[in-house]
Amino acid sequence: MPTQVDPPLALLAELTHRCPLRCPYCSNPVELERSASELSREEWQRVFTEAAALGVLQVHLSGGEPMVRRDLPALIATANGKGIYTNLITSGTLGGEAELREFAAAGLKHVQLSFQDFTAKTNDRIAGLAGAHEKKMKFAAAVRAVGLPLTVNMVVHRQNLAGLPQMIDMAQALGARRLEIAHVQYYAWALINRAAFLPSREQLDEATRIVEAARERLKGVLAIDYIVPDYHAVRPKSCMNGWARQFLNVTPSGKAVPCHAAETIKDLDFPSVREQSLADIWYRSEAFNKFRGTDWMPEPCQSCDRREIDWGGCRCQALMLAGDAARTDPVCALSPDHVLVEQALNETSRLPAEFVYRHFS
Amino acid sequence: MERLTVSDASALRIAPHIVFRFDETRQKWIMMAPERLMLPDEQAVEILQLIDGKTSVGGIIDSLAKKYSQAPREEIAKDVTAMLQDLADKGCLADANAG
Repeated sequence: MPTQVDPPLALLAELTHRCPLRCPYCSNPVELERSASELSREEWQRVFTEAAALGVLQVHLSGGEPMVRRDLPALIATANGKGIYTNLITSGTLGGEAELREFAAAGLKHVQLSFQDFTAKTNDRIAGLAGAHEKKMKFAAAVRAVGLPLTVNMVVHRQNLAGLPQMIDMAQALGARRLEIAHVQYYAWALINRAAFLPSREQLDEATRIVEAARERLKGVLAIDYIVPDYHAVRPKSCMNGWARQFLNVTPSGKAVPCHAAETIKDLDFPSVREQSLADIWYRSEAFNKFRGTDWMPEPCQSCDRREIDWGGCRCQALMLAGDAARTDPVCALSPDHVLVEQALNETSRLPAEFVYRHFS
Repeated sequence: MERLTVSDASALRIAPHIVFRFDETRQKWIMMAPERLMLPDEQAVEILQLIDGKTSVGGIIDSLAKKYSQAPREEIAKDVTAMLQDLADKGCLADANAG
């Protein structure tokens, strides 16, 4: 058992899996939840109230597209009223200034707006929605008109990395204070379509060089957060900063999970907020305690001096690539399964860049 | 938009949509920014509490220099300015006289 469990810092509220976009690297699970199973407004309000009492400081209102929920202003008001910092993560393709004014009045603090590219052509092709880029550009202007701070989230991969400098210019022109350049992470839909998106080592190095130069040039003007694809790494990412250490995620139907991909671990029984309190789930559920701390770790993690930095990497990735969630993340060069990552990288360079859009099965 | 450069003459305020408050659960002061959470140390909390949208950075340094008379003013000035510049670069502080 772990020695000490701290209260969670942040809650990712996946309000719905419904979304007008069909991005082929969507981080939602391949088995999407339907609207009939979604938590009601009252249930979400209870979750946010319990979250605040538990010590959660930030709530990320996400999806799917959270703006399909008509009760969003009421949900923001509840979270904000409990002292929680609220962040809206949106595709910006539904609604505009009128909705944003309601959100701001309810206490929303920040908007993160996703783009699939700086050009309308590639953006709309990847999003699988004609006219999406134009709507996003208008939405960004509306965010600034309402006076809310804006983060542009740009998802990058081998099909759009060449436009990275123009993406940075675009974020600045839109009045963003923050730009998140997020390489696709290979889970769920993105794993199905991995060969279409995984960049080469050369592409990644060039992108990293461009980001570092832009950070220096735009210091104090535009903060750039950069999330790299871990397949090219030597050591794994500190996934979620450790299993159930700081974050929890609640799915549209109320399943509580330590990260948005955790439901892929089928032998764990994830508790529902409909049946248990958030405090019981966080401190006492078997699923949340399963990979906490370092006791569960196999070698080479157990004796590694980075075990409390990397926390063994990602459990879901260990399952997806090596077939066992309790193994070392194969991304780590010290993992006995690391050859699987090298194989994926080799294979990608030979495969065509075709993909399937996300869809309800 | 231009970078905010912190000097003795600057009057600062906590930027809109930045929350600086005491957290009862953790019994600590916290600063929340878009997708970012900071736990300022005791020294930073003391400085942040002096930011009122009126007092200049020079004035804040003066009051700290008076309180901690064993440390030379220029050393305090260096630390305070560096800390505030860092927070300004993170978008947490704004010029009190602008918009």
